Amino acid sequence: MNSPKLNPVQPRLLPSQVVKDDEPVLVAAARAGDVSAFETLVGRYERKIFRLTQNITQNREDAEDAMQEAFLKAYEHLQDFQGNSRFYTWLVRIAVNQALMKLRKRRPNIVSLDEELDTGEDMVPRDVQDWGPSPADRYAQTELAGILSKVIAELDPPFRIVFQLRDIEELSTEETAEALGLSVPAVKSRLLRARLKLRQRLNQYFGRGGNS
Amino acid sequence: MKCKEIISELADYLDEALDPILRASIEEHLGKCKDCRIVVDTTKQTIEIFCNSEPAPLPQTTRQRLHEALVKRLRRVRA
Repeated sequence: MNSPKLNPVQPRLLPSQVVKDDEPVLVAAARAGDVSAFETLVGRYERKIFRLTQNITQNREDAEDAMQEAFLKAYEHLQDFQGNSRFYTWLVRIAVNQALMKLRKRRPNIVSLDEELDTGEDMVPRDVQDWGPSPADRYAQTELAGILSKVIAELDPPFRIVFQLRDIEELSTEETAEALGLSVPAVKSRLLRARLKLRQRLNQYFGRGGNS
Repeated sequence: MKCKEIISELADYLDEALDPILRASIEEHLGKCKDCRIVVDTTKQTIEIFCNSEPAPLPQTTRQRLHEALVKRLRRVRA
């Protein structure tokens, strides 16, 4: 028997908002036993899935374990993938489950994701600063990545995870609600709070010290 | 509309999930209220910055361990 060949896959830049058109073809090939097609899918999404598990767990070792388990489970359960959603969305849901298990194990006192939360009685922002055009361009890519990691890590998990799925992984509100076992209004409420908190925290990096 | 009402509708406004009448009311307010305009604009930029950020390459050791785990499991699945 030939051993499956897994060549190191070089990282390729993939615009985050784009799922390539050939994804269904690769998934069909992988389901039919084409290991190299699955390798391509892994190479395409490994960085995004690692960022996802890292942002949820906030722990490097847990993030790596959750990512590995996500890809392994995806491969083992490929036959269960119905194709009703994008493969990437399905993979994200698996990775979220793995990452949440790690997070709950390490932090058992964490607020349950489906618990009623005080999302803020008064959300009108007080710190209002104009950022000007293209504020992210003022930072080198690695420096910007560090800033984004830092500010998202400061959010409480229920807000951080909703923002991660909705605005970074670009799941729909309904997909996010389903993945986390939340109602649509709960997702919307947490998403609003998360966006406002992140905006406020980014003021210190992008703000121009006044509203004019 | 008041500023507080703008904020409570902000997520749906940015996601373009509001009915046209409510959307027009918000835009009328934004035309007059500079603070709300800045909040809406910077919140939109926040989403875009995160959405457009590229994930960092996997650390080499992390990638190596991922591929080793996959090879091991694939062998078992195919055996």
